[in-house]
Parts: sequence; structure tokens; C-alpha cells
Amino acid sequence: MEQNQTQEQPCSGRWTHQNVEMIVAVLIMLIGALMMVDSLRIGIGWASDGPQGGYFPFRTGAILCISSVVILLRALFGKKHNNRKPFVSWGSFRQVLFVLIPALLYVLVTQFTGIYVASALFIGGFMRVIGRFNWLRVILTSVIITALLFWMFEIQFMVPLPKGPLESLFGY
Amino acid sequence: MEDLLNLFHGFAIIFSWYNLGMMVVGLMLGVLVGVLPGLGGPNGVAILLPLTFTMSPTSAIVMLSCIYWGSLFAGAITSILFNIPGESHSVATTFDGYPLAQQGRAGEALTASFTGSFFGALFSVLMITFLAPLVAKFALKFGPPEFFSVYLLTFASFVGTGKDPFKTLVSLMLGFGLAQIGMDNVSGQLRLTFGWSELLRGVDFLVVVIGLFGVGEILLSMEEGLKFEGVDDKINPKVVWQTWKKLPKYWLTVIFGAVIGAWMGFKPGGATAASFMSYGLAKKISKNGDKFGTGELEGVIAPETAAHGSGCAALLPMMALGIPGSATAAVLLGGLMIWGLQPGPLLFVEQKEFVWGLIASMYLSNVVGLVIVLSTVPLFAAILRIPFSIIAPVIVVVCAIGAYTVNNAMFNIWVMLTFGVIGYIFKKLDYPLAPLILALVLGDKTEVSFRQAILGSQGDLGVFFSNWLVGAIMTAGLLLLFWPAIAAIWSKLRKRLATS
Repeated sequence: MEQNQTQEQPCSGRWTHQNVEMIVAVLIMLIGALMMVDSLRIGIGWASDGPQGGYFPFRTGAILCISSVVILLRALFGKKHNNRKPFVSWGSFRQVLFVLIPALLYVLVTQFTGIYVASALFIGGFMRVIGRFNWLRVILTSVIITALLFWMFEIQFMVPLPKGPLESLFGY
Repeated sequence: MEDLLNLFHGFAIIFSWYNLGMMVVGLMLGVLVGVLPGLGGPNGVAILLPLTFTMSPTSAIVMLSCIYWGSLFAGAITSILFNIPGESHSVATTFDGYPLAQQGRAGEALTASFTGSFFGALFSVLMITFLAPLVAKFALKFGPPEFFSVYLLTFASFVGTGKDPFKTLVSLMLGFGLAQIGMDNVSGQLRLTFGWSELLRGVDFLVVVIGLFGVGEILLSMEEGLKFEGVDDKINPKVVWQTWKKLPKYWLTVIFGAVIGAWMGFKPGGATAASFMSYGLAKKISKNGDKFGTGELEGVIAPETAAHGSGCAALLPMMALGIPGSATAAVLLGGLMIWGLQPGPLLFVEQKEFVWGLIASMYLSNVVGLVIVLSTVPLFAAILRIPFSIIAPVIVVVCAIGAYTVNNAMFNIWVMLTFGVIGYIFKKLDYPLAPLILALVLGDKTEVSFRQAILGSQGDLGVFFSNWLVGAIMTAGLLLLFWPAIAAIWSKLRKRLATS
């Protein structure tokens, strides 16, 4: 709750709108530079059969670099009104992490158990922790949704999704 | 005359139980993805595209385009009942839609907006019917230089009309960069793979769309602490009938909205601009202009007519030139390529059945769509009342499955998550996302047309100004590209003149 009070004031912390703008600009510049370097390797000029493989990527990278430098300089010296505002308040960012971290775990778990078990765990866990539903509803909802997905993809559309040990128990 | 015959033939194709079924399924799914936070036109189509790989292209495009129409209709539901614009083109609908709903006139507002949408779409489809074959015939003369110039014009129009030219450029170039990953189809060299075998086949645009628009949108919704506080919807035949009786007096608003929509739909990213323009114009010409924003029916009709019209019109350049006019149209275009069709003017010659089937389905699906949305609003409003803590994980799961099925690779799900985060940050920093998608879909074709053109002229860049047609398009493209700079210099000059 403390954070909610401070977020209204212009803060001098690290994560202002301006900072994030600058970090993103630098990252984009790096991507551009990387593209240019990789293109140099395969040739950026003209061969007998027209432009070489790196002709386009090199120029794409160059435009990326130039644009991101402009964005960076503007963020540094420009006077945009929301420059000093926080990019995101801690309270809101926590909400974002509440989806992002479980989603990351979900993909990780999918690697081992297949997508169906992971989905049931993800939906159920999310309902339990964020939504504070009672266990009965949690288990019913997550199992029914996953079963529906299984029916739709494996049986109706016959699109194989990643499966793990549980599905192989049932012979899939 | 020939076109009309073709159109009748198209109707004959559409009138099969299978295609009609696909239409209804597509529309329902479209409304569903339209009302759900985090899902929308572009990623709704992207998620379902892999399921259509085995269908005939005509049935597939009927279903997917219907998802698009459904999601366009659905924008009004969330805007009016929940004051949440599902997509940027329905922002203007909230201005008068939500006040109307608060006054207990939600049914009226919904009926008016759906009907307006219907007329906007009808106008655009009529335009497509008569104009698209002409445009395609004209474009048959295009060679590689002309195509490159048209691509340039498309990309430049983002820069020229966007909010921030440099961020638009970054977005475009990132799209190009992503398109370049993998094997270069001219020289056979590996580009930008950095020895990573997963990148050999490139990054699929569907996965990027699902990440940017799906996961990114969920993260944003979470941040805003989404709570749906909806207004009750009372929509029944009586309300519909009474609203329809009122509508004829708004004919001028509808016509203006439809024309603006059709005109803006040609250009990429037009729907949002069209809805605002139409709203502004309606406010000016209406007798009750000063009451706009407090709950005027016209204020709902105007933006919805234009948005839906422009969404439909976006398919014209997609079919006739192979250049999509909106993000969703870009995904549909990608679908054409996956089904083995070559987008471009030849489509009208070689794939008559497909093209005219699609056009015929657009007439029919808008009628069916109108009936469906009018009768199912309460159902979809109920879906929105499902707690977000159930909807959010389900949407992430659906996105993950969609990304995986693109080419059965776990790697795709990781790419999707990464682009979800990128989408979230880019949205917050006002980087436009539509140019990225368009550049990603058209990147290869742009490069190939450039290379072919330059090969034909043996390295002479003059080929891009070698005749009046390509020269004019190139000049227009370059003008648009540098328009922000030109406009800035011009306004400075005028200021200096005014002071002296």
C-alpha cells in the first residue's frame, strides 16, 4: 500500500519512463549493431548476381541503429512531460509478474509433463492463488477445461500437442 | 458483367452446409476472441490458422475472415457495456456508448452500432466487388520494380501518418530483421541465425502475432487491474425494432462513416484513425454535436460504421495487390501463403473460386453476423463476467497451444513468451506494433522484388524511376517517408515568415 501513495509523485528512482525508454533504445541499437556485424560476414555489397545476402539485413540494422540513437537522444535531452513518471508502479508491476512468472513456469513444466498436465496445473494454481477459489471449483474447472482442450485437439482436429508420461499411461 | 457472374458463382460456392457452418463457427469465435481481453482479431486468426492447414483454402478463408468480422462486431460490446475498448478502433465508441449504457439504453446503443457496422461493411464489400478486379487487372502489369515501390509506399505510409516516425521505423525494421532470420532464399546463406539451429527455419509471424498481441495484451490487462464492471444489457426484438425505426434519420452519419471507413481501409492501420475521424465529423455535422460524449446514438454509429468499413476495406489491397491493410489482414495474407496460394493480382485470374467465394462470403457473413451479435450479446456479456483469474490463464494456455501448433515446436512457445514481454514494453512506450507485423509478413517479398528489379537493370537504381507509374509510386512513397521532416521544416518556415 505504501507504494501506491508514492507512485503519484514524480519519482527519482531508476525505473522512470525515461530510463526504460533509454534502456530499450540501447537494446535496439545493440540488435541493429548485431545485424550489421552478422551481415558483414556474408557480404553487404554487390556480387555478380545482384545484392549479396547481407545487403538487406545490413541496411535494416543501420536504420535500427540510427533510429534508436535518435530515440535515445530525445529521451536524454527531450522535454516530454511523462519522462519523470514511473514506468510502472510496483503495485501494478507485481500484478504483471503474477502472470509472467507462472507463465514461465508453465512453459518449463510443459517441457517435462506435456502441455495438458501443465495447463491443468497452471489454470488451477492461478485460480487458487490469485482468484482464491475453493479447491473443488479449482480442480473441476482446470480438469474440465484441459479435458475439453484434449478432446478438441487430439481427437477432433488430430493436432498432436506435447504429451508426457500421464498421457502415455492412457495410451496416447 | 463478368464480375457479377463471378460473384454469383462465389455465392454458389458459399451455399454449402460446410461453408455456412464454417461461417457461423468463425463469427461466434470472432465475437468470443473480440470480447475476451488479450485476444483479438490478429491473434485470434493466428491461433486458429494452424487448424485450417488441412481445409480447402476457400473454407479456411471463410472461417478466418468471419473471425475477423466477429471481432470487429465485438469491439462494440465491450466498449458499450464495460467501457473497455477491446481494440484501439473501438475507443471512440466508448465516448457515447458507455454513457448510453449507464442511462439504461445499452440495447439501443448496441443495436445502433451493430447496424452501423453492417452498413459500413456492406459499403466496403460493394466497393471491393467492383473495384478489386479493376485494381488487380491494373496491377497485372506490375513488374518487380512496381511491386517494390508499392511495398515502399505501404511501409512509408506508416512512417508518414504514424505518431512517432522513429519508433515506427524501429518497429518496421525489427519486422524486417525477423523476416530475414533463417536461410536467404536467393543466395542460400544463413542469415542472423548465430549458429542457433532452432532459428534455421526463421521466426514464424504467427508466433510473433500471438506473443505481441495475445500475451502482451494479457500483461497489460493485468497491470491495469482489470475489473469488469458491466452495465446490464437489455436487448430484445422490441428494442432492436424501435432502434431501427430511429436509425433512418442518421443516414448522413452512416454514409460519411462508411465512406471514411472505406477510404481509410486502403491504408495500413486505418481503422483507428477512421473511427476517430468519423466521430469527429459526425460531431461537426450533427445538430446535437455539443451533446456528444453524453450519450448520443450518432456518437456510437459514426465510429463503428467507419471502423467496420475500414476493416473490410483492408481486404481490398490484400486480395488485389497482396498488401494487407490491417494487422489482421496481414495474418490472413500469411494464411494464403501457407495454403499454397500466391497473393497478388494473379489471384483474380488463377484462383477465381477462392477470391469470389471470399467476396460472396463477406456479403453473407455480415448479414449472418448482424443476426448473431444481436441475438447473443447477453451470452457474450456473461462470458466477460467470468473472473479474470480464470480467463487469464486459459488465454495464456490457448496462446501457447496456438504457438506450438504453427510447426509443432516447443521453441515457438518460448518465442511467444519473449514477444509477449516485448509487446508489453512496446505498448507502454508507444512503439506501434502493426508495422512490425506487416514488415514481418511482407519482408521477404519486399526483398525479393527489390533484388529482381535490380537484377533486371543490372544494378542500376534508376529502374525505380524508369517509367511514370513506378516513378510516381516511388515519389509518393519517398514523400510519405520523409513527410514528418517535410512537415516540420514547412511549419518552421511559415513561422519565420509570419514573424518577419
